[in-house]
Amino acid sequence: MGMTEAILLTIATAATPLLLAAIGELVVERSGVLNLGVEGMMLMGAVVAFGTALTTGNAWLGIAAGAIAGAVFSLLFGFLALTLVTNQVATGLALTLLGIGLSGMIGEAFVGQPGVKLGAISIPVLSDIPLVGRLLFGQDPMFYISLALTGGVMWFLFRTRAGLTLRSVGDSHSSAHALGIKVIAIRYMAVMFGGACAGLAGAQLSLVYTTQWIENMTAGRGWIALALVVFASWRPWRVLAGAYLFGAITIAQLHIQATNLRDLADWPAPLFWIAEAVKSIPSQFLSSLPYLATIVVLVLISRNRRLTMMNTPASLGRPFVPDR
Amino acid sequence: MKDTDTGAERNLLEVRGLTKIFGSLRACDAVDLTIAKGEIHALLGENGAGKSTLVKMLFGTLEPAAGEILWDGEPVRIASPGEARALGIGMVFQHFSLFEALTAAENIALSLDSDTPISTIAAKAKALSYSYGLPLDPYSLVGDLSVGERQRIEIIRCLLQQPELIILDEPTSVLTPQEADKLFETLERLRGEGKSILYISHRLEEVKRLCDRATVLRHGKVVGHCDPRKETAASLARMMVGSDVHAVVRDPAEGLASAEPLLEVTKLNRKPATPFSIPLRDISVSVRAGEVIGIAGVAGNGQGEFFEAISGEVTQDEADTVRIRGNGVGRLGISGRRMQGAAFVPEERLGHGAAPAMRLSENLLLSRHKTDGKVFLGVANILRFPAVASAAKRINEIMDVRKSAPDPAASALSGGNLQKFIIGRELDRRPAVVVVNQPTWGVDAGAAARIRQSLIELARSGSAVLVISQDLDELFEISDAIAVMHNGELSDPIPIAEATRERLGLLMGGAEPGHQAHEPLEAAR
Repeated sequence: MGMTEAILLTIATAATPLLLAAIGELVVERSGVLNLGVEGMMLMGAVVAFGTALTTGNAWLGIAAGAIAGAVFSLLFGFLALTLVTNQVATGLALTLLGIGLSGMIGEAFVGQPGVKLGAISIPVLSDIPLVGRLLFGQDPMFYISLALTGGVMWFLFRTRAGLTLRSVGDSHSSAHALGIKVIAIRYMAVMFGGACAGLAGAQLSLVYTTQWIENMTAGRGWIALALVVFASWRPWRVLAGAYLFGAITIAQLHIQATNLRDLADWPAPLFWIAEAVKSIPSQFLSSLPYLATIVVLVLISRNRRLTMMNTPASLGRPFVPDR
Repeated sequence: MKDTDTGAERNLLEVRGLTKIFGSLRACDAVDLTIAKGEIHALLGENGAGKSTLVKMLFGTLEPAAGEILWDGEPVRIASPGEARALGIGMVFQHFSLFEALTAAENIALSLDSDTPISTIAAKAKALSYSYGLPLDPYSLVGDLSVGERQRIEIIRCLLQQPELIILDEPTSVLTPQEADKLFETLERLRGEGKSILYISHRLEEVKRLCDRATVLRHGKVVGHCDPRKETAASLARMMVGSDVHAVVRDPAEGLASAEPLLEVTKLNRKPATPFSIPLRDISVSVRAGEVIGIAGVAGNGQGEFFEAISGEVTQDEADTVRIRGNGVGRLGISGRRMQGAAFVPEERLGHGAAPAMRLSENLLLSRHKTDGKVFLGVANILRFPAVASAAKRINEIMDVRKSAPDPAASALSGGNLQKFIIGRELDRRPAVVVVNQPTWGVDAGAAARIRQSLIELARSGSAVLVISQDLDELFEISDAIAVMHNGELSDPIPIAEATRERLGLLMGGAEPGHQAHEPLEAAR
């Protein structure tokens, strides 16, 4: 396995949890609900997935348990924000704080334990094709699940009647209510889908990305997923692009920080100077580069205001109380 | 004309003792209503009389507290709009229930319960729309359409469900007179096909022209049934309001020709602020001392953008684009323009014209702390509450604001009373220039008459008054000349003596593009 291939594989592994969490949140926000609890739901998914896999020895059961944990945890948000009509921003923040604490408590016994790894699949012959073989046919299952979910969400939102109904609820809940569409029921389903996706993202972190449970191991990825949805102007393919861009720059800057200049002494002079210049950039700046680059690129591609307006859920975050 | 003796026919819909209570308010109180097959039945009443509440119960979006509904003689319970549609009740909403970010076809698909593909729905909608003479492009985005076109979507959506009873809630309030005529033709054709129509309106002339029977509501109660064609507009108004409405008196303006212009707008341009808003193009208008100029137009043709530009919420590049009392104020904000003697009343009462949760006296202070700082503020800008309170009291007395507490929160007042307060707050300053957007929108007849009269009185005492309104009747009552705004352009003002509904309607529909420079009406004024 060559160096380039290895780097590309790590990029996919870094991008997958962001993509999973963001595509779920995209569906939630398209229905007009702002759930800031992604980070908390991811942590719950991660700890439940890790624990289930550890006790049963089956990583697939862990993945399923992670998704269910995320969905169940999101129900708490749904009950508060949709049924009791609490402030969505505050409720989402509370969900994240609760998720951090609760997952830390559940996971106390798991710290330092070796977990179960969900191995990469390997298709004979196809995986052995030079260069693209491993990248396309030899990755871990979560990679394929995340891409299938993205494609599925695109098809659902823009090609099915149910997707149209969900978008209409996000555009104007009062109009939808006047037509007899069950606004709250649809939002509950969207919130639970988002919770399940965040749970999957967490499971990927504790069963694929690393094979251990570390307290607060999501390290802000839930917040990045939230930002991705907004900067991708609520369009699935842009979320995909943003997640991979972020993953790529994260991995690239890690490699730059890890490289020692002395190892490059035999490089031709111009290349060495460039390497020297890159190395002289403060590491704090390099660490912030993924965030900066993702935001800049997504802002640049969202300049078409008309398209942005059309894709922005007009009811986002607004509470809905039907008068009966 | 259709035979009016409908008593022998079987009633399609019968409502007995329908009641709806919100808190302590009986929005509908034991309402009885019958609608026969093939009749156009008018439901009349002022704002807040309970018309919308009643039809929401018929369409299943509100649940009645008491009473029964009989459909074709059978008692039914309508628990959701889906059940109403299944019975054969269709509804065209007043505030359209459309989704701006979706296409016309998608909007229609959402109200059909079956899982028909969008392309089939689009084809059906297009065919139906052309057969009724209401052409519609099913793939256009609702956000791009005019209000008239949006209403077409609502009507086509309703007709596609082949309803027996069609409910129309204030359908003409957003249409030009010509568009309204087209709608009446469609409704008469539907009546010819044996459909029943419940027509909700407070415009009496069109009810007299179109409807077979009328039910009049006041304060949630039925106060009478009548044949509108045998009544006069005045007698219908008396039934609606419960007392005689004082007609607005407009003395002819004198010496206008020699009066100096107090508000001058010259070649005002504005780029669209959002993708769905209207750009303003070369708008010029001037209002002289003692004059009331009305600006007519269908909603969404740039009136809101125009108001923001004049009031200073949005400033201009050139100071002389807007001149108040001869001074260029284009680069000044709202307070700067107020200091020059201007006053502004925006369309939206709660949230724009007044802060809902604050008391009336605080709202008074919010808008006038700059212009009346000498009175309201003491040393180091400390508030002088007694001065503010007495000014608020004065305004409330002059404008006859009816309220439940000495100094209630703005949101506690009814629409009409709050609007009287907001107008009074501005007029109390004796401003040289007043710009009002939709002065009596959603206001009861008594308050509307009071507000209109006070605007005329202000003008006759030497101020310049500019009124933006979608209500042509209102503009005819108070204006000395009426200009028409269409698609961000403004026509020259037409003197009231020469203005007809027909002529204004054509301008409102954009039938005379580029009309500004060509008509030599300026000389005629």
